[in-house]
Amino acid sequence: MQHPKIALTLIAAAVALIGCGEQKPAAKADTAVEVKIGHVGPITGGIAHLGKDNENGARLAVEQANEAKVKLGGKDIRFVFVAEDDQADPKVGTTVAQKLVDAKVAGVVGHLNSGTSIPASPLYSGAGIPVISGSATNPKLTEQGFKTQFRVVGRDDQQGPAIASYLASNNKPKTVAVIDDATAYGEGIANEVEKTLKAANIAVLPREKGTDKTTDWKAVLTKLKGRNPDAIFYGGMDATGGPLMKQGRELGIKAVFAFGDGACTDEMTKLAGLAAEGLLCSQAGIPVAAADKSFLDTYKKKFNVDPILYAPFTYDAANILIAAMKKADSADPAKYLPELAKIAYKGVTGEISFDAKGDRKDAEMTIFIMKSGKIVPLAVIKGGKTIPFAEFGK
Amino acid sequence: MDIFLQQVVNGLTLGSVYAMVALGYTMVYGIIQLINFAHGEVVMIGAMVAFSVITSLAAAGMPPLVVVMLGVSCAVPVCMAVGYAMERLAYRPLRRAPRLAPLITAIGVSIILQHLAMLVWTRNVIAFPQIIRIETYTFAGAAITNVQIAILALCVAIMAGLAFLVYRTRLGTAMRATAQNPQIAGLMGVDVNRVIAATFVIGAGLGAVAGVMVGTYYGVAQYTMGSVLGLKAFCAAVLGGIGNIPGAMLGGVVLGIVEALGAGYIGDLTDLCAYGWLAALLGERCAPGEHFILFGSNYQDVFAFVVLILVLVFRPSGLLGERVGDRA
Repeated sequence: MQHPKIALTLIAAAVALIGCGEQKPAAKADTAVEVKIGHVGPITGGIAHLGKDNENGARLAVEQANEAKVKLGGKDIRFVFVAEDDQADPKVGTTVAQKLVDAKVAGVVGHLNSGTSIPASPLYSGAGIPVISGSATNPKLTEQGFKTQFRVVGRDDQQGPAIASYLASNNKPKTVAVIDDATAYGEGIANEVEKTLKAANIAVLPREKGTDKTTDWKAVLTKLKGRNPDAIFYGGMDATGGPLMKQGRELGIKAVFAFGDGACTDEMTKLAGLAAEGLLCSQAGIPVAAADKSFLDTYKKKFNVDPILYAPFTYDAANILIAAMKKADSADPAKYLPELAKIAYKGVTGEISFDAKGDRKDAEMTIFIMKSGKIVPLAVIKGGKTIPFAEFGK
Repeated sequence: MDIFLQQVVNGLTLGSVYAMVALGYTMVYGIIQLINFAHGEVVMIGAMVAFSVITSLAAAGMPPLVVVMLGVSCAVPVCMAVGYAMERLAYRPLRRAPRLAPLITAIGVSIILQHLAMLVWTRNVIAFPQIIRIETYTFAGAAITNVQIAILALCVAIMAGLAFLVYRTRLGTAMRATAQNPQIAGLMGVDVNRVIAATFVIGAGLGAVAGVMVGTYYGVAQYTMGSVLGLKAFCAAVLGGIGNIPGAMLGGVVLGIVEALGAGYIGDLTDLCAYGWLAALLGERCAPGEHFILFGSNYQDVFAFVVLILVLVFRPSGLLGERVGDRA
């Protein structure tokens, strides 16, 4: 029994030595003060493509800030980008949030999902670290009263009504079926859609549910087919929405499919094939194509792909953190947080300022339609007004 | 009524896939009383290999049917090799060990295979290329696609082939003899090791075909897809009577239909507002047009396990069970 103990001690000693060895050279190399900016999104799992998109946006902003050689409080600043993976899982979300808090990041961009952002927000609030999401749309996120929580996209209680009223006024359905994936995001947006449809005197069938891993929707769809709805709304992500739409068409359902921003990407063509044609969907913000041209070009040059969904928003979110730090001349969260709350920033997604809750003022919503494998913007909804996309930005 | 028929069609398709996977469990159990929990991962690897082959060949512009055939004919040997390696490396050294050891090893093998697949095919949901043009036919109000018809036909053909193999060939006779008593079969000149390896290989081959079916049917695959599918197929095998080959076929089909009908009707049956006295009790929650659904269709995955519990309580030997689990 002696040998294992000795072996363990040796291993522990070796680990300690290696640990020390690693830290020293890093500290010597650079005299600039390090300021860490965190990003959290799912880099693995069903929506990894969206997570990477968000991460790239924030990364670009941080790297550009480093090239511009920012000085705070008279000292050279080097921003360090700390990217974490929350796997779109609420449990992992809180773990990586704690990790970022322990690493003493100055600010965080993220998380991507509402389901991970909401449980993580008290951790950031407790540590006083500002966090700006570029894509979490569930209203509850900013309703919790945390002074450190912001977002640069609209809310589902704006997005839900937007897609629902577009559907109601353009497709004039008599009966609509609403399905959700039982997540904070999916259920939230589905509830908002149902509320708006009912207010417009449209019959809504009893709610159907799946999970965020469901691939077999046949039983649910068959049931819906028997009720013959004119439209089907799904609150969920594209990895489950793709099979849903594909199987719906296979069963011969002719209804209009309408999805929220989680399933409003070109990826839908891959997941649902030809069945994705005609999908109506919404994004909480302006379409990627309407973002600032020079941002789109730089992004494409750097990452060799086009931004998919919310990259312009995470880019703005990271830039806003840096802009607030510059204004306060400090990267100390306690000092720059007040500047952040009252910021007026011209970003690649338009003018950004926050209301008392941390929501973006006057957030736009965009309605898309899937046409020959690409989502094409139809209309932008701003302040309750529907503007055809062709006229938007003029 | 057409909804009922449609749910039965859905259930039949799903059930025949379960049956194919359940056969892998039941054959192995029948011969060495081992529940091979890694079998679900073999199915997943079948789907993944087929995905890789189909994606690369579809890009080369070959005819869709040929591409799918080639996908299957690559997936089957790969899975057979995995099945053989599993038996040779993980289970054979433990053949005389206490019953719990191979069971735990099976769980270990399942974790290893799942993570290997994660390294090779990433954690992402993989979209199968939609190369087969889906045609929908309608009979008496129920829609059935060409893919579903192909799945059903292939399952029937493969099961018939398997029945022939088990009941009409020398290998099948050897398998049945080994299942009855390995020692005596060995004394009679049956190469027991070879027969057991053959059982694993055949089961894995069936699993590979099932994997390709699931992939093309739903259009998506992921490295975790094997675990729930495997567990459900295991339930199907127990339902039919584990160790019994016709039982696994029957169990799979019954489970598929139970699941489809269950998911289709549970929402309506547990809508508390549909029951007069409960609706009165709930008052405002049941205003006209409102519903208070206790269990929605997201409980679909629960049915397999409810069936498993019911079978274990009321008929432990399963529907067609001939052998009651004498040990473990």
